[in-house]
Amino acid sequence: MTNVTMTVNGKSVSAPAEGRTLLVEYLRTGLGLTGTHVGCDTSQCGACVVHVDGRAVKSCTVFAMDVEGSDVRTIEGMANADGSLGVVQQAFQDHHGLQCGFCTPGMVMTTAALLAENPRPSEAEVRHGLEGNICRCTGYHNIVKAVLAASGQDADAIAAQ
Amino acid sequence: MPKDTGIGASTKRREDVRFLTGRGVYTDDLTMFGQAHAVMVRSTVAHGRIVSIDTAAVEAMPGVLAVFTGEDFKDVGGNPAGWLINSRDGTPMREPKRPVLAHGKVRHVGDAYAAVIAESYAQAKDAAQVLSDATVIEELPAIIDMKAAAADASNRVHDEIPDNICFDWGWIEDNRAAVDEAMKSAPHVVTLELTNNRLVPNAMEPRASIGEYFPGTGDYKLTTTSQNPHLTRLLVCAFVMGIPENKLQVVAPDVGGGFGSKIYHYGEEALVLAAAKRLGRPVRWTAERTESFLSDAHGRDHVTKIELGCTKQGDILAIRTETYANVGAYLSNFSTATPTFLHGTLMAGPYKVPHVYVNVKTVFTNTAPVDAYRGAGRPEATYSIERVVDKMCRELNLDPFEVRRRNLLTPDQFPYTTPVGLVYDTGNYQATLDKAVELADVAGFEARRAESARRGKLRGMGLSTWIEACGIAPSHLVGVLGARVGLYDAATVRVNATGTISVMTGAHSHGQGHETVFPQIVAEKLGIDASSVEIVHGDTAKIPFGMGSYGSRSLAVAGSAMDRAIDKIIAKGKKIAAHMLEAAEGDITFADGKFSVAGTDKAKTFGEIAFSAYVPHNYPLETLEPGLEETAFYDPANFTYPAGAYICEVEVDEGTGKVDVVSFTCADDFGNVMNPMIVEGQVHGGVGQGIGQAVLESTSYDENGQLLTGSYMDYAMPRADDVPFYTVDHSCATPCTHNPLGVKGCGEAGAIGSPPAVVNAVIDALHRGGHTHVSHIDMPVSPNRVWQAMNA
Ligand code: FES
Ligand code: FES
Repeated sequence: MTNVTMTVNGKSVSAPAEGRTLLVEYLRTGLGLTGTHVGCDTSQCGACVVHVDGRAVKSCTVFAMDVEGSDVRTIEGMANADGSLGVVQQAFQDHHGLQCGFCTPGMVMTTAALLAENPRPSEAEVRHGLEGNICRCTGYHNIVKAVLAASGQDADAIAAQ
Repeated sequence: MPKDTGIGASTKRREDVRFLTGRGVYTDDLTMFGQAHAVMVRSTVAHGRIVSIDTAAVEAMPGVLAVFTGEDFKDVGGNPAGWLINSRDGTPMREPKRPVLAHGKVRHVGDAYAAVIAESYAQAKDAAQVLSDATVIEELPAIIDMKAAAADASNRVHDEIPDNICFDWGWIEDNRAAVDEAMKSAPHVVTLELTNNRLVPNAMEPRASIGEYFPGTGDYKLTTTSQNPHLTRLLVCAFVMGIPENKLQVVAPDVGGGFGSKIYHYGEEALVLAAAKRLGRPVRWTAERTESFLSDAHGRDHVTKIELGCTKQGDILAIRTETYANVGAYLSNFSTATPTFLHGTLMAGPYKVPHVYVNVKTVFTNTAPVDAYRGAGRPEATYSIERVVDKMCRELNLDPFEVRRRNLLTPDQFPYTTPVGLVYDTGNYQATLDKAVELADVAGFEARRAESARRGKLRGMGLSTWIEACGIAPSHLVGVLGARVGLYDAATVRVNATGTISVMTGAHSHGQGHETVFPQIVAEKLGIDASSVEIVHGDTAKIPFGMGSYGSRSLAVAGSAMDRAIDKIIAKGKKIAAHMLEAAEGDITFADGKFSVAGTDKAKTFGEIAFSAYVPHNYPLETLEPGLEETAFYDPANFTYPAGAYICEVEVDEGTGKVDVVSFTCADDFGNVMNPMIVEGQVHGGVGQGIGQAVLESTSYDENGQLLTGSYMDYAMPRADDVPFYTVDHSCATPCTHNPLGVKGCGEAGAIGSPPAVVNAVIDALHRGGHTHVSHIDMPVSPNRVWQAMNA
């Protein structure tokens, strides 16, 4: 075990990790940031998505040591400074884009990265962009609407087409 | 104007805030002081005799604290089936013991026969691998195919069960001869053989359990991913471990989806409790997704032959089915009810069909246990009926919409006693069908089809009119049918001295939004602000009792209990108000949060009454206890019967066989709707799963019993780009006649009604494209199957 240091949600942090410690384990058990979830063991569900240096990354797929010194953002760092929900989070609540909430942190992180890259995606681009995130509860209808709404588009009108 | 609070308002969910900020608390998020980690050791063969397990090989490994095998649990009880089903000849079902850890034999890949407990998860995992290598299992031939298993007496999943049959059930046996007669004399008989594909539920949160033991008091605590903590407590205490029920607290905190798979008690729950006691430390276990695939109860897996007798005009005269239902290697808790009373009793569908007979043979195989999965039995019934009705339309060249209209029960026929033992209380199936036709723009289909054709795609439209029985369930009725439990529910409404309210409900929310919806009802009934109402669920130490959430029962059963408890609160409030206002109790009315003396302006607010109940200075203490807290148990008088009409449009690529679901329309009757936003979300989710079943999801065991689809690389989960936006409507409401809220339940509808609509649409597309030889394709309608069918 060696100590691995990085910036998480704007704070410099340090916690022990083995060579095989995944970033998601480091966050969850090392730092107690349990908002990032583990939904699979084959890097395919997206429940674990965080941002590493601004890019959406499946945190079950990188070793903590490999992102030493990086700037990591997790779901716990997505609210506004005053504690209110950020734009993407608020859109998910407004459009009922979550049910059990287990996929939600990954969905929010993926959405934020998607919109940073493509601020006004089409429905097809949203669906394609969320392809790496599985939700078993919502049938995706309201998630797609939430993403469209977070990009400032009229989600109801698009869904009704 | 839609309401913005109370019953019928699309109130935004309060639970969302914690989920959206990473502050949900799921079982695996908890850390216990001094915790140890359990890793299960699972069979890598489907069927085998355990020759030796060399526990000494791991006991000295770093961090290893304990090793458990089946031997440690051979003297405790088994995990039982909740329903006792009799075969047609009256003999009781065969019920082999389901041990905490496999003992003597392993019976499916993933069957846990040992567990290693260690200081760290990594150490436990390392040791589990070593123990697996240090175990000798003599492999036996795997029993995978149901019909072969039933035919071959030489190879047995359970040595004491000669033909691998759990039971051979007839429903209703006394009607069989009449059904045979009606079938024989029917002018036309349609026959269809189909498979209802095995599914893996795949709640996104894998199962997890933490056991604790408190030597000072002898108390146990189990924190677990459960849809029904009280049921788990009952099973662990009374059947498996022999712990007194008042010595075990079961907590199900935030749970990341269930869909049936978390109803059941699993061996890992008993294991962590036993390990916690032996070690004197909390012991935790969390499944990896691979373990979920191998060891969660799967769903469906029926092979059915259905026959439908009818007139040449399409009037249904009789339905007869023979089904082989896979129960897997052991009986999971609801596994015997699902293919029988949740399936056979729905085999008349929403139709006036005079003669119905259902035969179900349940078969043990060397596969994971199969149990209720979203819809549970009712999707299987609906799929069989709606597919055979569709086939009838093709054989007789009839319009599927017209045929439905001819056969659907009409509103004047309710209450309607079906030939399979249910009494539908109310409905208007024509209304939902008309609504679906309108919303799906059936009239515009031809133009859409032509447009698809220009892009080289075959377009088809499929219909399904479905019904389900939910609000599970009237205890008396299910008792007659073999249930070993009652299926009422309970609620305590606690009005605190300051007027805030805690509702302890037996329902469990794992995505359904109870924390938001239940306060809407309380607020409306008591004329107070919903924000002062808190829902408490998922903890046997806090809630009075509860049978949990499944079978679309939360609102219809637990919600009704809550409604009853609120009525008791109001009744007591009237007594207090009568005293304070110096009026007769009969003159007190309650409305808009105020107790008033009728015909006067004398009144007390709800808050004043609550305060007086806890500070009883001016209070009828001689005749009334202080305090304001009421509990109600509610046992439903009947099932509820949601119903609806679904229309699906698909495009099929003739070159590849790929099916795209391009539109999906639902017109449902859920009775009264408490929160439309949440109800619509439930339908979206169910339809998403139904499209998954119809188009993508396949659970495949090879002939050796290896699960070929054991990860998200091999098991195709529906993803965002596999589904369209759905059109969902619930305006054609006929309120349930026998529960106080008039609600029917909406959680399973989408998963029940959608698969046949999708497959009917695919067959329609192929026929319109000239492939008229294709009468059926089994689910999932994968490119491979569709292409093969077209080119057969
Ligand atoms: S946990 Fe990382 S993709 Fe599933
Ligand atoms: S909200 Fe439950 S998995 Fe997406």
